[in-house]
Amino acid sequence: MSSPESSPYNEDDASPHGETRKTEWPLWEVFIRGQHGLSHRHVGSLHAADAEMAIKNARDVYTRRNEGVSIWTVRASDIAASSPEEKGSLYEPANDKVYRHPTFFDIPDEVGAM
Amino acid sequence: MYAQMIKSTGQGVKSLDEMEPEERAFQERIDAGGKIEPKDWMPEGYRKNLIRQIGQHAHSEIVGQLPEGNWITRAPTLERKAILLAKVQDEAGHGLYLYCAAETLGVTRDDLTRDLLSGKMKYSSIFNYPTLTWADMGAVGWLVDGAAIMNQVPLQRTSYGPYARAMVRICKEESFHQRQGFDIMMKMANGTEAQHKMAQDALNRFWFPSLMMFGPSDAESVHSAQSMAWKIKMNTNDELRQKFVDQTAPQAAYLGLTIPDDTLKLNEETGHYTFAEPDWEEFFDVLKGNGPCNTERLEARNKAWDEGRWVREGLIAHAEKKRSRKMAAE
Amino acid sequence: MSQPLFEYLCRMGDNALVLGHRVSEWCGVAPVLEEDIALANVALDLIGQTQLWLGLAAEVEGKGRDADNLAFHRDVWDFRNLLLVEQPNGDFGRTMMRQFLFDGWHLAQLQALMDSSNDQIAAIAEKSAKEVTYHLERSSDTVIGLGDGTEESHRRMQSAVDRLWPYVGEMFLSDDVDQEMMAHGIAPDPASLRAGYDTLVADVLAAATLKRPEDDFAHKGGKTGVRHTEHLGHMLTQMQWLQRSYPDATW
Repeated sequence: MSSPESSPYNEDDASPHGETRKTEWPLWEVFIRGQHGLSHRHVGSLHAADAEMAIKNARDVYTRRNEGVSIWTVRASDIAASSPEEKGSLYEPANDKVYRHPTFFDIPDEVGAM
Repeated sequence: MYAQMIKSTGQGVKSLDEMEPEERAFQERIDAGGKIEPKDWMPEGYRKNLIRQIGQHAHSEIVGQLPEGNWITRAPTLERKAILLAKVQDEAGHGLYLYCAAETLGVTRDDLTRDLLSGKMKYSSIFNYPTLTWADMGAVGWLVDGAAIMNQVPLQRTSYGPYARAMVRICKEESFHQRQGFDIMMKMANGTEAQHKMAQDALNRFWFPSLMMFGPSDAESVHSAQSMAWKIKMNTNDELRQKFVDQTAPQAAYLGLTIPDDTLKLNEETGHYTFAEPDWEEFFDVLKGNGPCNTERLEARNKAWDEGRWVREGLIAHAEKKRSRKMAAE
Repeated sequence: MSQPLFEYLCRMGDNALVLGHRVSEWCGVAPVLEEDIALANVALDLIGQTQLWLGLAAEVEGKGRDADNLAFHRDVWDFRNLLLVEQPNGDFGRTMMRQFLFDGWHLAQLQALMDSSNDQIAAIAEKSAKEVTYHLERSSDTVIGLGDGTEESHRRMQSAVDRLWPYVGEMFLSDDVDQEMMAHGIAPDPASLRAGYDTLVADVLAAATLKRPEDDFAHKGGKTGVRHTEHLGHMLTQMQWLQRSYPDATW
């Protein structure tokens, strides 16, 4: 369900990004292998305090706990990503954005059935 | 999302000739149906608009859990309870996917949450209306999800990759939401006199607020034009609203319920319904915080966040201890 | 035989029903989104199990009732759930402690029921055990994480286990219904599950740096229906209200 109407988001008012917050759980990327023997595919992201919790959360959020799947989780900040393959130097990767992380991967069509 | 209300930072839509080379390349890529990905160059206005739009969409999912969550403990059968719980759980999941999409743009979920809790960022006004009877679970699924789907389906083609992919997953999972709502409405409308009365009452209360979900008419809006050029808004508010009424009016007739609009009429020539505008003054009142449940909704979110703080802190502290114990052992 | 079996199935079903209801109260207000979703999964599993156990109970009873009749049209004295599961949620820590204390028993119970002489019971137990294995994994991890977390989370978890411990003993008490089930090879001796449970609890509490309460006093009266706590009536007031207000309606 959705439908935000309204006011502009002014980033300048947001809490400073560098600030460490002890309540903030790191971001993890989730990869799942379904029952059909295909290799692991990126399905999305989530937050968790550590790797074990990331796996459990992935199970709850992205598989609704069906048997026969294998889950990988990787700290988003640990992923090395290629630069976008665009001609020329017009598309410089914005590597200075601390919180950016790659979401280059296709969502598998059969996710709903996994 | 009814992005007509969203102000973009630009001064109208630039033509390609007016753009710097990188912006021009960016726009040409969108025009050609390409996707923009997190590390690609993008205009600051595009980024900010997307953070706001995706953030507000995510907030709407999270706040949207509350009016339906209100009935989980009172659902009339075990099956209805399970279905409703699964649906409200999906909304949490959709909020989660959307926050993650927003996070690829350089904000964190906690930043966005703080801005929701302080009232700085908005969520859809529809969730500031109360759910008073079990029939409201039907009306919310049928009308509110129905209106949301109108908007979400085209957004699967939006230009920003992570947002588009989140919408694909959301639309797939949402496919049962509207149907379960209509299923409740059928039971209620065809049930006892009291049930029928509840169904009609729910339609009466949710009809105009549902029309408001698309936002006021955006025919003249420059901001809307920019969002459409960027393909972060795919249709005008009026187009979507018309489509919604055209789809919903025959469904109401099928249920034997009366839409609370005397002027509602099918125009045989165009094949479209004519209908009354909602009360836009009420809409702006609700937006300003004066809806029936604005205070309760924000209070509930703030309470959950504040009372959950020790849990979030506790689990991250444990994770850190575990890590340092492991390092000490190595 | 059919009356004790009916009683026994109501015990299994009512535990799932009442705890599922309690957990569902968290929907939309959990401390973090991922937990909100996980708790809903637990509640959904329990509601599903309720349908199976109470469905079978109604079938065994043979009076034309179904699972919904049993869930929505019995009063407090007819409920056969453990006192533990009807305890209010309290804070998130108490909810997770209650879940852990129940899951540990529940899994052992279901594993034993998988060997039941009654095939239908064995089948329900097998399906449920898969779900509950995961419930226990998650609730133990959360109890450990919060017990071993901050000073505040530790304090809250210790207070949770202290508060709930008097409701643990009831799970291992037996009565005539249990004797009858044992005699027919349908269900295990409740007392036989205690040693394994104690080991599990000792391990998890140790990892959580929490102390097991010394006093093993046990409140009872839930599974026999003799004396529930005051909390159950309030829960049923909410849960059954629609069905009872509009008895001629179908939903």
